[in-house]
Amino acid sequence: MAERKVELKVFRYKQGQTPHYDTYNVTVDENTTVLVALQDVRRDQDTSLILRHSCHHASCGTCGMRINGQEQLACVVKVLELGTPTVVVEPLQNAPLISDLVVDMAPFYDRYNTPEMPYIRASEFWPKTDLPDGIAQYTRYENCLECGLCVSACPVAGTDSEYLGPAAMAAAARVVAEPRDSDPEFALNWVDNEHGCWRCHVAYECTEVCPSDVNPGEAIMSLRGALTRRKFRRVFGLGK
Amino acid sequence: MQEIRTTHDAVRPKNPLRAWFDVRKRNLGSWAFALNRLTGLALTVYLFLHLAILSKLLQGESGWNEFLALARSPLFLLLDIILIFGILFHGLNGIRVALVGMGVGARQHRRLFWVLMVIGTLLLLVSAWKVFTI
Repeated sequence: MAERKVELKVFRYKQGQTPHYDTYNVTVDENTTVLVALQDVRRDQDTSLILRHSCHHASCGTCGMRINGQEQLACVVKVLELGTPTVVVEPLQNAPLISDLVVDMAPFYDRYNTPEMPYIRASEFWPKTDLPDGIAQYTRYENCLECGLCVSACPVAGTDSEYLGPAAMAAAARVVAEPRDSDPEFALNWVDNEHGCWRCHVAYECTEVCPSDVNPGEAIMSLRGALTRRKFRRVFGLGK
Repeated sequence: MQEIRTTHDAVRPKNPLRAWFDVRKRNLGSWAFALNRLTGLALTVYLFLHLAILSKLLQGESGWNEFLALARSPLFLLLDIILIFGILFHGLNGIRVALVGMGVGARQHRRLFWVLMVIGTLLLLVSAWKVFTI
């Protein structure tokens, strides 16, 4: 395998200190991911570098970061495929910074931890089951990794600290589309405010960066559609 | 809405200018979003400028004629074209946002953008021709 030297310019922050960038020279080959390169730096050059990761295969969503200005999972981005001699690595935006590349995900998870929007739901239909009349195909709604890339990329989340954000509203849209034991009215009420689905300005950056094809942008639009229909029904006395 | 922790970051405080207008490495939607805000702000400033210029009427006929002479200069006409661009972009992108927001064309929002921009470009060309020939 052909090896090459690349610069990693990494955002650094320790509590009480001023944020800055440190540059490290790393040797990579065509299979080296940004996450592995960062782990090499931590092992061989700077043990104070803090990063978060787990699965190494885009399943856990814990290694989300900004790589050359774009939100991506570091475990599946190959350094040489970026095509730049210097790779800039920064923590996600729109989340409180803890240290270096690690942000506090608690505010992000808060938005999920809402009554009627539970993490654990009844099991999916078995994929090979017969489809009922009128259903073309089953769509999975639970692809979200909770990686937070969408919130980091969202320009509205960049200005409104209370914005519910694309991931949580995609979860709300899932409840509305397929309530099972949840109450879709609760989810609709939850997003029907100035920090909810009406705050979105259709930049669709959430959908662009989502590594799991959740398509939060379209989910938010579906919530708006459902709320609009509900408001029309109420105005014309056609039920709730 | 139930209490949720905000995403406020003391180390990296929110910067609306950066969040709205830093479109490096961003996609079509962010460019449309940024330009929509820029044209919105510019049109708001223009509205007040327009009212200020109309106040020239209070200075009588000579004051207004002076302004009309300035308004027919090529540079001023160019500003008219920029104004028309702002109105067209903001209006047409606003239509896209409204339609997509109601669930119309949500999956084709990029195509919808380009169709509206083609319409906007044609209207801008016709307007420019009218501005410089009438």
